[in-house]
Amino acid sequence: MAALSMLKSLRKCATHHLSNFRPSFCHHVASISRSLSTLVLAEHESGSIKASSMSAVVAAACLSEKSSISVLLAGSGSSLHEAAKRAASCHHSVSQVLVADSDKFVYPLAEPWAKLVDLIQQEHCYSHIVAASSSFGKNVLPRAAALLDVSPVTDVIEISESHLFVRPIYAGNALCTVRYTGTNPCMLTIRSTSFPVPLMSDASENEAPISQVDLSTFDEDDFSKSRFVKNTSQDTDRPDLGNARVVITGGRGLKSAENFKMIEKLAEKLGGAVGATRAAVDAGFVPNDLQVGQTGKIVAPELYIAFGVSGAIQHLAGMRDSKVIVAVNKDSDAPIFQVADYGLVGDLFTVIPELLEKLPAKH
Amino acid sequence: MTMKIMVAVKRVVDYAVKIRVKSDKSGVDTSNVKMSMNPFCEIALEEALRIKESGLASEVVAVSMGPAQCIDTLRTGLAMGADRAIHVDYSATLYPLSVAKLLKALVDVEKPGLLILGKQAIDDDCNQTGQMVAGLLNWPQGTFASKVVLDKEKKVATVDREVDGGLETLSLDLPAVITTDLRLNQPRYAKLPNIMKAKSKKIEKFTVQDLKVEIKSDLEIVQVTEPPKRKAGINVSSVDELIDKLKNEAHVI
Repeated sequence: MAALSMLKSLRKCATHHLSNFRPSFCHHVASISRSLSTLVLAEHESGSIKASSMSAVVAAACLSEKSSISVLLAGSGSSLHEAAKRAASCHHSVSQVLVADSDKFVYPLAEPWAKLVDLIQQEHCYSHIVAASSSFGKNVLPRAAALLDVSPVTDVIEISESHLFVRPIYAGNALCTVRYTGTNPCMLTIRSTSFPVPLMSDASENEAPISQVDLSTFDEDDFSKSRFVKNTSQDTDRPDLGNARVVITGGRGLKSAENFKMIEKLAEKLGGAVGATRAAVDAGFVPNDLQVGQTGKIVAPELYIAFGVSGAIQHLAGMRDSKVIVAVNKDSDAPIFQVADYGLVGDLFTVIPELLEKLPAKH
Repeated sequence: MTMKIMVAVKRVVDYAVKIRVKSDKSGVDTSNVKMSMNPFCEIALEEALRIKESGLASEVVAVSMGPAQCIDTLRTGLAMGADRAIHVDYSATLYPLSVAKLLKALVDVEKPGLLILGKQAIDDDCNQTGQMVAGLLNWPQGTFASKVVLDKEKKVATVDREVDGGLETLSLDLPAVITTDLRLNQPRYAKLPNIMKAKSKKIEKFTVQDLKVEIKSDLEIVQVTEPPKRKAGINVSSVDELIDKLKNEAHVI
């Protein structure tokens, strides 16, 4: 889809100056380009900027031909500073990195983060504030928008103009084009799968300046009402479901958590990530972070293979933008076959072992 | 401790309906279509009822904003077990920021110890209102909750949240805003005796003017369209054929 054609173009024009390159998902921007200043709320992990935040930077660069982007990071310690340095040269449009350094920001809580955004906006007056539509972005950005008294636009899949956006509604069964007509800042969260990050980096030779945010106006009260207790996360050596090239999903048809091991083996063979339907998660076969769907993860891999998945509207909402969809189900009437590019009516318990045997090994 | 819980509920197109985009692109056709309480709002109300039934709250108030038909949704809420309901009567489009401001105004009147909402409405899929009202109230927020445990003495809610990486647990001082995710609970069906009882429960009406809220209009819907249609797929009859297609036709393996 957009990502693949863009990659092909990039390979063709390897020496083409990237700032002239307009990815296909950045639509025609009004030629009266006001220079916009955008704040990107970024997440970092182990010293790197998260892929979804890079998508937010890519989206921010789409807002206008002349964009200057400030990247905001919060946290503490050496991993924060490493991330800041990476952010400073991650994209030619990044002109500044702001760092909120405090151990109060180690776990990104909405309350201090929203106050942070409010504080920074009062000082810098950005025209736009952008975050990825990740758990973090969804949790923080609307709260910050309320403090700034503006209506945000969430889950944007296309930026048509600096204040004109397209977003999915009714589980993606309709697309809504909405214009923001209010005062600055225009705030949005973007769907990372709609703003892929090019393999060849848009990295800059220059390192943007990094400045510390003055947190002296924060008091104990701002950090005290909400406390991080713990998190339980899956092992991180599986490819991230959100950006995997291949996703293998199991539904209720897998019948048990034990049977999901077959899905895992197949995912491993194809170098992919494992996904699941709500039914499979509810039944306890797999943890919740594997759920693909309207209210779970949105994925758009090159290859999506669904085993024992009926294809409810809410599931389709999470994977309908996949480049190639394969469905394997015993029931030939299953709705999933209506979106599949290749449908195989059959028993997944014989199909998966056969695939494991016959598939070429991953390079 | 007499803690009140306020629950915001929204009337939406039923989740099973296959929606149709109007040919003039002005919106989705909602005429003659089944409407229901938003599934996430049902979960929110169910959670409030369970908290009350466990003795940790004394009253559950259901709130809905919109045209007169909202009253149907509120009656369902009352039938499920809410004690009282409030209808904020407004016929034009209400965006989340306005809903949040109206909710804040109601919270100032009712003074609940907990405000529970569904994490998103399945029509606009915004996922904003809970976060916004929490910001306006300066209350802590526990969004995408899959488990809520209240400690009445300490006035704290321990909330498990479904996040990208798995589950996150937060501890929030009350009063707080919680938005519900799918796995928080399974809502009850309203039983017939309760449906009958609900008819005599009180539904209070407010207007936007009563609550002194200015409805901001900083968003404009330009058009609503259908998503691009996928090319029709084909059936393959064997694993061999599938592998061949994926390799030589689709070039994805």
